Amino acid sequence: MKTIKVDYLARVEGDGALRIRFRGDHVRDVELRIFEPPRFFEAFLRGRSFGEVPDITARICGICPVAYQMSSCRALEDALEVRVTPHIDQLRRLLYCGEWVESHALHMFLLHAPDFLGYPDAMAMARDHREIVVRGLQIKKAGNAIVSAVGGREVHPVNVKVGGFYRTPAREEMEKLAAQLEAARDAALEALERMARFDFPDFNRDYEFVALRGAEDYPFIGNRIVSNRGLDIEAAEYDQAFVEQQVPHSHALHSTVRGRGAYLCGPMARFNLNFERLRPLAQDAARRARIPLPCRNPFMSLLVRAVETVHALDEALRLLGVIDWSAESSVAVRPRACAGYGASEAPRGLLYHRYHLDDSGRVLDAKIVPPTSQNQLSIEHDLRELAAQMVRLTHDEATVLAERAIRNYDPCISCATHFLDLAIERE
Amino acid sequence: MAAARRKRLAVWKFASCDGCQLSLLDCEDELLALAEQVEIARFLEASRATISGPYDLSLVEGSITTARDAELIREVRRVSRALVTIGACATAGGIQALRNFKDVREFASIVYATPAYIATLATSTPIAAHVPVDFELRGCPINKRQLLEVITAFINGRRPDTPGHAVCIECKQRGTICVMVARGVPCLGPITHAGCGAICPSFARGCYGCYGPADALNIESLGQAWLRAGVPRGDVMRVLRSFNAGAEPFSKAALDYEDDQS
Repeated sequence: MKTIKVDYLARVEGDGALRIRFRGDHVRDVELRIFEPPRFFEAFLRGRSFGEVPDITARICGICPVAYQMSSCRALEDALEVRVTPHIDQLRRLLYCGEWVESHALHMFLLHAPDFLGYPDAMAMARDHREIVVRGLQIKKAGNAIVSAVGGREVHPVNVKVGGFYRTPAREEMEKLAAQLEAARDAALEALERMARFDFPDFNRDYEFVALRGAEDYPFIGNRIVSNRGLDIEAAEYDQAFVEQQVPHSHALHSTVRGRGAYLCGPMARFNLNFERLRPLAQDAARRARIPLPCRNPFMSLLVRAVETVHALDEALRLLGVIDWSAESSVAVRPRACAGYGASEAPRGLLYHRYHLDDSGRVLDAKIVPPTSQNQLSIEHDLRELAAQMVRLTHDEATVLAERAIRNYDPCISCATHFLDLAIERE
Repeated sequence: MAAARRKRLAVWKFASCDGCQLSLLDCEDELLALAEQVEIARFLEASRATISGPYDLSLVEGSITTARDAELIREVRRVSRALVTIGACATAGGIQALRNFKDVREFASIVYATPAYIATLATSTPIAAHVPVDFELRGCPINKRQLLEVITAFINGRRPDTPGHAVCIECKQRGTICVMVARGVPCLGPITHAGCGAICPSFARGCYGCYGPADALNIESLGQAWLRAGVPRGDVMRVLRSFNAGAEPFSKAALDYEDDQS
């Protein structure tokens, strides 16, 4: 029996492994193993005060802490019947734009692009294509500048709380950002043009795409969860619509749509379900890059991330022009016994939180479903289809292809553990 | 004399959020220059190429929570001339050390339907509990300027300059008015290790201790001040028992503030 085995997946956030077993040319099974050690966030949140939750859940992921803060604030505000002001919504959106830009740029330029140009990493790629890496770092830095200005620092921002922010950033600090964001937006448009000329494997699958849908805007934080197969629910109905299951080979739980199976969330799902809500500049850029709509090729998620980066920078610039820098930074929050549900679009996809609180505002129960655990089954299905090609490849070539298929998802293994070594076994 | 060989850097990850090693990639202005100065020989988050040891400097992120990791860290120590921990997980056990105060089997059963599949130890422990450590860089997350200082110091064979005084000094340096004195906001600044740049008070909130205990500190005195400000005992306990719960001064003092909910 032939086995393809990758013991440590590189250029993903966290630890995971992959094993594919063949009998002859037939794929017997595909196991994406997440062995990132579990940290039990949902358990130790019990007994903590609601006010501590956004600081604690941020620590689930150093790459997308804002997502964890936003989903937990949204769920807790739902529970505590708190309505934040339009000003706070705008400031949250601006902070979230920064995280998308920083996270997408990290993945596109430092982790994903080397796959298309055939380098082991961005540092090696920089020796021949310095301009790509320099441009990527410039965009990433602009995203981090937003997160730092609004949140206080790039990793685990300190300014977020249930009910809003500790302080509204000062106008002078924020207006300084505009020139840097404009330059990054130009760089992102150029990068999209360059990346659209990369060679994309001809691979398409008929996914069920799941994402938030905003009333008018491309979704960051929201309440309506939709799919291309008719799903249209509120965040509070998440537990009825989706099932989380534990599998022996992974510390990440597998999610499915109840009664249907695997689904896909993240940039491709958002793009396909919300294209007309993108900023006009980003829509035009996507058309020029000839990204199909719907896009069903996971390798092209690289281009979709670039479109979202253009969108997020353009949206951030719009927000800089409309936010009232003198408005109140938060609304009052009073504890009570309650349950609440919240969802937001992390860079990697839908992030769902649910909390039950007692009358003093302590957490009785918490549930957190990160995007990578929702995508885990779809990644395994992609690999199963690609495995047929792997039989004809050398072990090293098969390993590269399998790793690429996984990196398409920008899997964040640290988040999902509750990931990846490639083993291909041939009988 | 032979031309100086570039020093070899390795980055290792245990139980963590990836945020501290991300801080290296967040050095956007310095990353390419750094890659020319040192050979980044192992950094899985950034590269599929690995060069086998020995390494001149190993940066270790994350805490030890599995039997496999407890073995692996000994191997890392064997192949590293210098071993530096980066962040609160590697230095104090991290937020996941909250399991040390509870029954981990109960924790596993809260999160997983079949806890028996979960391979984990009862405790989350810092790297220094397993192998000798040459330097510990504080913070949840670490500060990237301090990270560059540590790397520069080790490749040049000197001690890093990372002051162990309290966050209060950093507030004075940046001219932030004391949130505790002026507005009565409970702040952990007087007992918390500097390094972040006193960000929280500049955003009108109290420090919550993510850099762990300062070198010299009086937790009892600050605890009394918090209680006088009307903070419930249990809240003092919980703020000490967070991102650096496993750091000894914090873990010992937290016992004095336990309430019926602890």
